[in-house]
Amino acid sequence: MLTVKNVNTFYGQLHALKNVSLHLKKGEIVTLIGANGAGKSTLINTISGLTPPRTGSILLDGFAIEKLPPHRIVELGISQVPEGRQIFNTLSVKENLELGAFLYLRKKGGRRLYEEMVEKIFHLFPVLRERCHQPAGTLSGGEQQMLAIGRALMARPQILLLDEPSMGLAPLIVKEIFSVIHALARQGGTTILLVEQNAKAALRIADRGYVLETGKVIMEGEALELMENKEVKRAYLGRDRKDIWER
Amino acid sequence: MESSAQIFQYILSGLANGSIYGIIGFGFAIIFNATGIINFAQGEFVMLGGMVTVFLLSLLQWPLVYCILLAILLTLIVGIIFERLAVNPLKDASPITIVIITIGASIFIRGIAMLVWGKDTYPLPSFSGDTAINLGGATIMPQHLWILGLTCIIIILNRLFFYHTIYGKAMRACSVNPKAAGLAGINVRAMVLISFAISSALGALAGIIIAPLTLTSYDVGIMLGLKGFCAAIIGGMGSGMGAVLGGFVLGILESLGAGLISAGYKDAIAFIVLLAILFFRPGGLLGRSGIERV
Ligand SMILES: Nc1ncnc2c1ncn2[C@@H]1O[C@H](COP(=O)(O)OP(=O)(O)OP(=O)(O)O)[C@@H](O)[C@H]1O
Ligand SMILES: [Mg+2]
Repeated sequence: MLTVKNVNTFYGQLHALKNVSLHLKKGEIVTLIGANGAGKSTLINTISGLTPPRTGSILLDGFAIEKLPPHRIVELGISQVPEGRQIFNTLSVKENLELGAFLYLRKKGGRRLYEEMVEKIFHLFPVLRERCHQPAGTLSGGEQQMLAIGRALMARPQILLLDEPSMGLAPLIVKEIFSVIHALARQGGTTILLVEQNAKAALRIADRGYVLETGKVIMEGEALELMENKEVKRAYLGRDRKDIWER
Repeated sequence: MESSAQIFQYILSGLANGSIYGIIGFGFAIIFNATGIINFAQGEFVMLGGMVTVFLLSLLQWPLVYCILLAILLTLIVGIIFERLAVNPLKDASPITIVIITIGASIFIRGIAMLVWGKDTYPLPSFSGDTAINLGGATIMPQHLWILGLTCIIIILNRLFFYHTIYGKAMRACSVNPKAAGLAGINVRAMVLISFAISSALGALAGIIIAPLTLTSYDVGIMLGLKGFCAAIIGGMGSGMGAVLGGFVLGILESLGAGLISAGYKDAIAFIVLLAILFFRPGGLLGRSGIERV
């Protein structure tokens, strides 16, 4: 449903994405792995319209979206959970969720849909209900990540882009978040692009994966294949590296 | 020795002037929050409010209240055009470039005003006559009551808008994290436009309610703009409530200073206070320390 074709993105002179192509099929979990600075965030920011590509195309159900601003792309059903959570610190948890619902809350009758959605989010992450009136900046890292995911889900996306949701979190929290992501795709039918440094954990829940290196896709394939691939094992799974995440 | 009634008098008129500075400062804060820039054309919106009202009054001969509303609307349109022509096209310009543009725009608007209305000063009638009201030994003009009342209304409306409407919350979100606001589906550029609309309307209102007390002319925006800027800095640039509070502080100090020391110092006091704040509390009275902006 989403096709990224020969995309080139620049930061001034810096060529951050070099002829990158990628596709997502409906309901799939696709993971994007790569070292620091490989261009993973740049790729999902390019899809989200924050760093538009200089050349190449991005098609959503055949419709070109590469020139649209971020808010239009959200409207079309692609939401991003940004790296480092980027929640609205000084606003309350509830206000953060309301802003996730901005697209329909501004319309007449949107309140009802909002109440319905916010219940779903509280069901997914019960701790957010308890923290409802607290400034979002006072939440723990894990809670902030849940809020960031909740805020993105409030927009009712068909495609969810997640940028390193496990970053800096305790293994138990990571496990909880990954199982939510898994359920979103398997039960909710949401299509997911998951950027992770924690390649092992990501490949375990993913259907397919792409490996990005210095702005280029150097490998792609089924998650199981990639997990067994020598190159991937050496560079990203680290034979004797301790498992960060155990199922 | 000054009598306490006299001090009370100074404080009353200080509060009224301070309200004006506060409202203007509020305009600075709203644009600063939305864009990170200081809009030095803010004072010209203040000038336009008063001057356009005077102009409409003599041109249309309508009742004052209609002229006021129309003047606010016209100034708001100028604010929107200003944003579209001068600020919006400079997508990725540095803040300093945009600040210089706003200074240029203010000179331009002032120049046009001078060409249209000349260098004369004009009076605007008070909203409810000029019979002074006696208040515990001090006298207060009905216009002062209008100013204080409208300031309260603005504070309340601000609160309602920024804390109880989705657009107000979206504007706060943009000031906290514009990137995340875009990812939440908020059109950040539209919010910038709304911030200019609100600021220009507030500026116009300030210029209109003070005009009956001070007269108005093409260049009142310079001093009032600077005082409003001081109020915003005192309150911690970016805090709307802080700006109003900063306005009160500035207005009262000014009127006490003018009354107790010498009227000649009135304008200097604003800058002394400004320097003192920048020196001792660079974050402003309400700034930093995690207190929310707007
Ligand atoms: N705003 C920016 N301006 C200039 N260069 C940037 C910017 N953002 C990223 N880059 C550069 O682009 C390249 C790709 O960065 P990107 O953030 O996409 O990597 P990443 O794979 O997400 O890394 P990480 O795992 O550290 O998040 C890097 O060389 C980085 O230095
Ligand atoms: Mg990244």
